[in-house]
Amino acid sequence: MQSAISLSLSSQSPITRSDFSNTNNACLPSPQSFRFCGLRREAFESRASLNTSSLFSPRLHSHSRFNKVFAALESNGTTSSSVFDYDLVIIGAGVGGHGAALHAVEKGLKTAIVEGDVVGGTCVNRGCVPSKALLAVSGRMRELQNEHHMKSFGLQVAAAGYDRQGVADHANNLASKIRSNLTNSLKALGVDILTGVGTILAPQKLKYGKAGSGDTTITAKDIIIATGSVPMVPKGIEVDGKSVITSDHALKLEFVPEWIAIVGSGYIGLEFSDVYTALGSEVTFIEALDQLMPGFDPEIGKLAQRVLINPRKIDYHTGVFATKITPAKNGKPVQIELIDAKTKEPKEPKDTLEVDAALIATGRAPFTQGLGLENINVETQRGFVPVDERMRVIDANGKLVPHVYCIGDANGKMMLAHASSAQGISVIEQLSGKDHVLNHLSIPAACFTHPEISMVGLTEPQAREKSEKEGFEISVAKTSFKANTKALAENEGEGLAKLIYRPDSGEILGVHIFGMHAADLIHEASNAIALGTRVQDIKFAVHAHPTLSEVLDELFKSAKVKVSTSNPVAELVPV
Amino acid sequence: MSHSHLLHTSFVPAAPPSLRRRAAVSPSPIRTQQIQSKIREIFMPALSSTMTEGKIVSWVKSEGDKLSKGESVVVVESDKADMDVESFYDGYLATILVDEGLSAAVGSTIALLAETEEEIVLARSQKSSSSAPVSPPAPSNNDSQKVFDETPSPVTTATVASAVVSSGALGSAVHPASEGGKRVVASPYAKKLAKDLGVDLRGVVGSGPNGRVVAKDVETALASAKVSGGGGDKVVAKPSGVELGSVVPFTTMQSAVSRNMVESLAVPTFRVGYTITTDALDALYKKVKSKGVTMTALLAKATALALVKHPVVNSSCRDGKSFTYNSHINIAVAVAIDGGLITPVLQDADKVDLYSLSRKWKELVDKARAKQLQPNEYNSGTFTLSNLGMFGVDRFDAILPPGTGAIMAVGASQPTVIGTKDGRIGMKNQMQVNVTADHRVIYGADLAAFLQTLAKIIEDPKDLTL
Repeated sequence: MQSAISLSLSSQSPITRSDFSNTNNACLPSPQSFRFCGLRREAFESRASLNTSSLFSPRLHSHSRFNKVFAALESNGTTSSSVFDYDLVIIGAGVGGHGAALHAVEKGLKTAIVEGDVVGGTCVNRGCVPSKALLAVSGRMRELQNEHHMKSFGLQVAAAGYDRQGVADHANNLASKIRSNLTNSLKALGVDILTGVGTILAPQKLKYGKAGSGDTTITAKDIIIATGSVPMVPKGIEVDGKSVITSDHALKLEFVPEWIAIVGSGYIGLEFSDVYTALGSEVTFIEALDQLMPGFDPEIGKLAQRVLINPRKIDYHTGVFATKITPAKNGKPVQIELIDAKTKEPKEPKDTLEVDAALIATGRAPFTQGLGLENINVETQRGFVPVDERMRVIDANGKLVPHVYCIGDANGKMMLAHASSAQGISVIEQLSGKDHVLNHLSIPAACFTHPEISMVGLTEPQAREKSEKEGFEISVAKTSFKANTKALAENEGEGLAKLIYRPDSGEILGVHIFGMHAADLIHEASNAIALGTRVQDIKFAVHAHPTLSEVLDELFKSAKVKVSTSNPVAELVPV
Repeated sequence: MSHSHLLHTSFVPAAPPSLRRRAAVSPSPIRTQQIQSKIREIFMPALSSTMTEGKIVSWVKSEGDKLSKGESVVVVESDKADMDVESFYDGYLATILVDEGLSAAVGSTIALLAETEEEIVLARSQKSSSSAPVSPPAPSNNDSQKVFDETPSPVTTATVASAVVSSGALGSAVHPASEGGKRVVASPYAKKLAKDLGVDLRGVVGSGPNGRVVAKDVETALASAKVSGGGGDKVVAKPSGVELGSVVPFTTMQSAVSRNMVESLAVPTFRVGYTITTDALDALYKKVKSKGVTMTALLAKATALALVKHPVVNSSCRDGKSFTYNSHINIAVAVAIDGGLITPVLQDADKVDLYSLSRKWKELVDKARAKQLQPNEYNSGTFTLSNLGMFGVDRFDAILPPGTGAIMAVGASQPTVIGTKDGRIGMKNQMQVNVTADHRVIYGADLAAFLQTLAKIIEDPKDLTL
């Protein structure tokens, strides 16, 4: 429990759990502001303190160290009705379940979380967290290897090298650190972590347990399904975990192949291409659609291809399916058979790739097996749990299943860790009597290549389609990183920010950024969308100079809106 | 140069782009100009007030593609940003004058636009007369392998033919996916390099896993193509009208030669010379000449037979850690062609009989003149012969093509007064040969023994006709 505290924000004096004088500090960050994967330890620290002052008696803290279980039970609220064991049971302790649990405790719900594997789920153990560790390494390698880049700084660097095991350890250590932080935060709040696979038996009733050791049946007023997803492996592809791998294996970085084929050029594939090429591999992308990076705004995708693909040791096949992938054995390389994605005919001349390894990054499939959905008459759609806009589960007859919710990858609405967490919070808001519908268009997404790609809202084609359907006009504004002082100081002038907006109202429809620290820059735009801030208002917000944030400042200023400022400052603030 | 000037003339100023400044022009679509009935020039647009030249980041369209008005044609990098530039007219992108990665001054022609498909050919024929002043890529982009592509002429075409030459030892490994050589298995970076350097991958021998072609094979192939033969192989890109005092950027060929020259320094070479009496060979030549046998074939045959007995001289060392005893004896013979240089290869010269070898040689030379040599016909040599004897050169030494073990420089055979062992003075025809070899794998004694064998074969050439 204490280990997390030592890691708390350096900008704030460490808040220890016994330091009650601090707990009423109104300046503590609100929990909602920390919804991003891997950044939770600050959140729970301050939250733990908040809760102790607002909900529970200080007494428990002296107990907590000696008797965690009792402290936990005691601190975890009391059920509103004695009929149920818990107010809320969450199945799955990934980022979504964790976010929901934290918010539930804050709302005074007695909460348990069921986890059959390790706390943290995909993001922390096999996804965004360890991949960020690898990308941190690849970013530095890339920089050190770029003699020209270094020279332009006046720096001289001798041949940069790396130790594979060291890199792999960094990723693994980061995952365990974040995992223990997550576990500790749940324990600190007194959320019961029930180990085993959770199965819904009937409405408000479920069991959990490990195979062979017997099941325990519990009741809950409400249930949230947050079981996440697993890497999707298309038919015909044989994953052996050595030469044909998924992101689960790749993150362990057990070897760095000379030549790796990456099937799929979305976020996962793109990030791994960044890692592998920085570590010296050559990469071949296999993409079923006609264009690489199909999910991105086309203009951003084009620029990204120019920077992230073309100059690197990467080639690609687009418009093809990998129908058969055979792992390397008996001295033979990995064999990949390609067919034309449109005609479904083998490519002529017959195309077989022979590579040292293949990474399957074709997306993720929901993990909803064994949940007992049949017991509540729910049929999955392509494995996903059907839900309405409030994450309420819909049964086979199209009716809402009372008291059952599904968040995150398992419902397939937006397969991002922070989206899942936001959906969880939205559900808890509803459970505590406040209607809440999450605006998914305000959820940012980021791809952590070098440089990064980020986006929020609609792409330009999506916005055009919408505008034609609904009969409004849209405009596009763009700014370049080349004109930004900070970017130039960093010798990172390659980049573009793009704003799609309604010139009649100033509504922000989408923002896309490709460039240095794009993943951090996007939040000004996503917050504006979430709060409904218009271009004509945000353009007056001041940005520190010289910072990369001025790229967005300039972007908002270059937009031409036909209405004037909608909310003049209500009262004058003399300074 | 004013904006209107830019619009209404095809005149391209010769002043260095950096000296020119132009009035502010807002980013706008490409201006094309009608220089003839239906063929328009596409100019480098001015994307900002301070822009004097732009770099072509990428061509969105390829030659022959149909263009609609308003469609993106090319992405141009200015001092401020990368911009997609649109076409003002409908038509076909007939020919691209400034390739990706190169820069052109604002207002200079970067491509030609034909109105109909039929006019594409016409537009291409104008290419040479209207090529743009182009500067090589900015020094900041020193990774780029591309260089200014000179206006094509017969001469440069020839140099390209030899620039494409690649070589190296004949590997025994055949990639399982290569389907007997029909398909090339090359790593992504090797493909990229080959494209940038103009190397035909079909002829490159792969040293990667399962015989896959990797980047260093492409580099080796390019390098070995350059140096075979003696010194002054550097090709003159422009046949005439050399402007004294001018600085000329390297052509693709010249860059390759330059790179290769430097690379050859990494190989520790040494030279061993030998004087061989050729009376018997000359006599044989007179006899078989009528049957179409050439001196080149005779020399290649003799060399190949000597190599059979000294496989180490036919070996090659690529990585400095191991070397390969090549399974075939392929004699590459350097020939000058149209001011360029190419090395047609007599494959399995030890096995093929002299007459077939001679016919093969004639075929290779004809193909070389017609620029129809296939890559494996000029890049599969394991040992190189360079003969300057026909120019009266009596001795010279050659630079070792990287990727092979040895090269032999052959001088002219000349009547020489010599003393014989029995104390007499006689007149014999003698020629000097000088072998350059990689001392990492071939030592002095190896060459000495090889030359001794070779001399014996040439001085008693009856085996050559077997």
